[in-house]
Amino acid sequence: MELNGFYCDGEGCAEEQEEEPTALKLLRSKTETSCSIIATPGADSAAAGGSVLQEQRMSKSTPAMLRLDSLKKNRPPFPWFGMDIGGTLVKLVYFEPKDITAEEEQEEVESLKSIRRYLTSHTAYGKTGIRDVHLELSDLTLWGRKGNLHFIRFPTHELPAFLQMGRDKHFSSLHTTLCATGGGAFKYEDDFLTMANLKLLKLDELDCLIKGVLYIDSVVSSGPPECYYFEHPTDPERCEQKAYNLENPYPLLLVNIGSGVSILAVYSKDNYKRVTGTSLGGGTFLGLCCLLTGCSTFEEALAMATEGESTRVDKLVKDIYGGDYERFGLPGWAVASSFGNMMCKEKRDSVSKEDLARATLVTITNNIGSITRMCALNEPLYGAALWNLDQAALYRAMIDQNIERVVFVGNFLRVNTLSMKLLAYALDYWSKGQLKALFLRHEGYFGAVGALLELQNPC
Amino acid sequence: MALSGGADRGSHSMDKSITLPPDEIFRNLENAKRFAIDIGGSLTKLAYYSTVQHKVAKVRSFDHSAKVSLQETDGDPLYEISVQEEITARLHFIKFENAYIETCLDFIKDHLVNTETKVIKATGGGAYKFKDLIEKKLKLKVDKEDEMTCLIKGCNFVLKNIPHEAFVYAKHADSEFRFQNTHPDIFPYLLINIGSGVSIVKVEAEDKFERIGGSSIGGGTFWGLGALLTKTKRFDELLQLASKGQHTNVDMLVKDIYGGAYGSLGLTGDLIASSFGKSATTDKEFSKEDMAKSLLHMISNDIGQLACLYAKLHNLTRVYFGGFFIRGHPVTMHTITYSINFFTKGEVQALFLRHEGYLGAIGAFLKGAEEDNPNQYSWGENYAGSSGLMSVSPDLNPVQRARSGTFDMLEMDRLERQLVNLPLLQDPTSYIPDTVDLTEDALAREYWLYCFEEALDGVVKRAIASQKDQPEAAERAEKFRQKYCHKLQTLRHQPFAYGSLTVRSLLDTREHCLNEFNFPDPYSKIKQKENDMALKYYLKVVKSFEELSWEQRQFTLVKGLLAGNVFDWGAKAVSEPWLVDAYNQWIERLKGPPHKCALFFVDNSGIDIILGVFPFIRELLIRGTEVVLASNSGPALNDVTNSELQILTERIAAMDPVIHRLDKVLATVVRERGTDLVIIEGMGRAIHTNYYAMLSCESLKLAVIKNSWLAERLGGKIFSVVFKYEVPSKAQGQH
Repeated sequence: MELNGFYCDGEGCAEEQEEEPTALKLLRSKTETSCSIIATPGADSAAAGGSVLQEQRMSKSTPAMLRLDSLKKNRPPFPWFGMDIGGTLVKLVYFEPKDITAEEEQEEVESLKSIRRYLTSHTAYGKTGIRDVHLELSDLTLWGRKGNLHFIRFPTHELPAFLQMGRDKHFSSLHTTLCATGGGAFKYEDDFLTMANLKLLKLDELDCLIKGVLYIDSVVSSGPPECYYFEHPTDPERCEQKAYNLENPYPLLLVNIGSGVSILAVYSKDNYKRVTGTSLGGGTFLGLCCLLTGCSTFEEALAMATEGESTRVDKLVKDIYGGDYERFGLPGWAVASSFGNMMCKEKRDSVSKEDLARATLVTITNNIGSITRMCALNEPLYGAALWNLDQAALYRAMIDQNIERVVFVGNFLRVNTLSMKLLAYALDYWSKGQLKALFLRHEGYFGAVGALLELQNPC
Repeated sequence: MALSGGADRGSHSMDKSITLPPDEIFRNLENAKRFAIDIGGSLTKLAYYSTVQHKVAKVRSFDHSAKVSLQETDGDPLYEISVQEEITARLHFIKFENAYIETCLDFIKDHLVNTETKVIKATGGGAYKFKDLIEKKLKLKVDKEDEMTCLIKGCNFVLKNIPHEAFVYAKHADSEFRFQNTHPDIFPYLLINIGSGVSIVKVEAEDKFERIGGSSIGGGTFWGLGALLTKTKRFDELLQLASKGQHTNVDMLVKDIYGGAYGSLGLTGDLIASSFGKSATTDKEFSKEDMAKSLLHMISNDIGQLACLYAKLHNLTRVYFGGFFIRGHPVTMHTITYSINFFTKGEVQALFLRHEGYLGAIGAFLKGAEEDNPNQYSWGENYAGSSGLMSVSPDLNPVQRARSGTFDMLEMDRLERQLVNLPLLQDPTSYIPDTVDLTEDALAREYWLYCFEEALDGVVKRAIASQKDQPEAAERAEKFRQKYCHKLQTLRHQPFAYGSLTVRSLLDTREHCLNEFNFPDPYSKIKQKENDMALKYYLKVVKSFEELSWEQRQFTLVKGLLAGNVFDWGAKAVSEPWLVDAYNQWIERLKGPPHKCALFFVDNSGIDIILGVFPFIRELLIRGTEVVLASNSGPALNDVTNSELQILTERIAAMDPVIHRLDKVLATVVRERGTDLVIIEGMGRAIHTNYYAMLSCESLKLAVIKNSWLAERLGGKIFSVVFKYEVPSKAQGQH
């Protein structure tokens, strides 16, 4: 949960720690003192907190020059990137150092400068690349450096253009490691090498996803909350977004809705499993919308869905029973058959594109909600090795046996309040209040963040 | 949701021009009562109860009480044969397209004689739509029943009564249909009904079920979304399209993202990562076939996944699928099976039902017939009157479809008694009577179908000869020939039509067809002649055996059994050496203490029973072993029937003081008398069936293989002897 944890708990850095123990402690103390955000998560045990204080005390007596030198040795060279190449989108996070000294600036090679300038001075790249400025995390301290974390995305089919740019900007001359995750890290590995002379450090996407979620949640303390939920999800009048404190998060289901969907059960920081997945995900929503309405972008599809009415497309319980199907406790408003009204020609002729887009969105979203709910029920805490649970989780395992928190991430939820509210509603309604749907602001970027963090552990 | 409802077929206009052949469809309407109807989105299922009058051959003993010695009865037959009318109960179920509903109602009105019926039970989404029409045409009050209740009731009924009702579908296997044995305890199970939506129902007992979940992504989604994407209106056409498509053009696969497999998670490259993931573009056209296929996969996988999650949560392994999305469509059965295998890693098998389409109608009928208590009887599928699986599939059977339109039928006869497993079976749940499954063994199937075709002429002749006094017998026999011939044709193309195809089911089908045309027992006269003849030699044979030494006598008795079993085929001697020879073990056993009670399943009339079996059991009786003889209740070829056996036993008992009678229900007798030896005689009982059956007591299975093909297959010659003596291991014996 804590930055410290990421920095020195890993096995890779433990060895280095032996070589330069003092420097490491210094680095850590710098982290603590210079960045107030770090202290945010209070979830960690008292013991860990104690050690931090101790180190902090030690740091004050250490000369500054030594610190700089050792930092250079232990820190990966700039630029710091993390990349997640998915089926539809490439997500890129870039750490822009803001504490560059004059001396450093002089030494900095031209290509590094040019990359930094290019990325930070634009909010759009080419026709399709976008920097999500509202997500930018500023004044962040990473490995002893202070800077801003930028969040950039572009369609996966534009990857060749990206590689071309990397070649033009002599990226490879920087001898940096490019940490990449997502399927594309494997699929395009050769292209990176042949087109841009770049060697990838390939990382597992689910490992990265979880690392990214925990990291981002730990470093965000001011501004809009990272984690939030919808209060009163079943009451449209009173439904509102509320901050959620993700301390003591385990166990939780992590549902990543990208092109497809992966559902993970997370029992602790490094104990998780992929429970299942479904191919009905964001790619299905967009793919079907394109076929049904002729739209071409996610934004267009969402805009149409916002305008439409799914009940003209779907057959509801009340369409069949005239009201609730009381015998089985089904409310009249529940969808009995998605697209069921479209079996009838007259109704096919009378629906609008907006209706179809809305029905597609509702179908995909409800289905994800339904599978998620079943996974939560099927994943009793005893499914995890109990010794892997923290105390809070262990306690919960004793009183109720099921997972009750579900964190939804992935770019399907980007600017998609409709789906988020629907998920919150569906989970709350069908679980009779047992399940809580949680959302994260940096929804689609966690894999890329997790990849960036691996820069610390070069193979 | 089990909502099959309300979808318009649009393209169908009422077709009044069809004329219904009354002999084939809506049979026995005159006596019909207790109607029930299930009207779905496209198909109507009608059910009714009727009584069938048909002829049965009865034997009646002449009074021989005055004549004691054998000589005095010379020339007179021992018993007389009479053909009598008998009334049995039959259930009729007919399925047809909604387009024919008015024609059918008219037809029923015109042919219905019985007028005591006042109510028709109705279920299904379309029931309300046609309520007025039904009430107007039939003058019956429509009484609506809950759809789900009917469905479950029907499902319980077919699972309990119809052997091989459930099957596993394996598209690429030698036989696509792997039929499941009837399990004595059908509960609990999960029923996934895929109508326009999906309902997931957990059934725990006859009247205890619960809808534990569902999904809105079902058949309606396939149909509705499919119609939007492909501009194809009909459900069947959409499936046709799907069967020709390539989903990989539309779906984003794991390898499209990873370049190969996602190894660390065990996700193969061909797995669908995102359904329709490739269609998120405006630059490309996608074919109707490919989109339909992708949609089919998306929906099947989704349903399969939810089904698995529910099965796991409720710890259920028997999962049946039904609803119009499945209804015998190989395409959807395949994709659902695939999905279930994937998500449960093979732990759960997707099960389908042969009569899935009838469940609602059967259930509604049972609701209306509660006072007749149909659930207390056993019912058997009548092969002559039932169309069989996929009879209306245009791909499989264009001829039949053209002949009878879309009409599909199921008829069930009430059985005289409830069938139970023999208590001596080691493991009744895994008992499979039939030795060879002809559905799976194509060579054997070809051979036996050929055999039955070849033998047909002879059966027809014999049938006519058995009713010489009736001039129209020849005409009826010809009808029988056509019907059975057609059945054999059907089975050649669709061996799975009535569950697992076996030699036994081929024989049963023939008996059902013979009965259909009032030939209750074509062999009755021959059996009578042979019995009379053999009786004359009984005492002589018994006497000659008594003169032999013990060892000699035992061997002669066994040979007599085998020879008797082979006699009617004209063989002089059996082939040496014996194919299966456990004779020495048997003799060793006989030197030990006598058995308490032996149960003997007998085979043929005439020499076999009288000169083979009776001397053999006589020896057992003298040893102090009680003997129970078990025979068929109804006629089959020249097998001795129960009523014939009773007369024969009486007659022999009158001649031979060692033999005396006992009459009781078999299963009770077996328990009461502590049966510790079972003897099974003849090809039909000991080879075609039961050859591998494990019993909890000693058993003797003996037969002569009177068929060169079968003999060769088993590694012997024609007239090879099988003499199989088995003793269960101790642990099993005590079980």
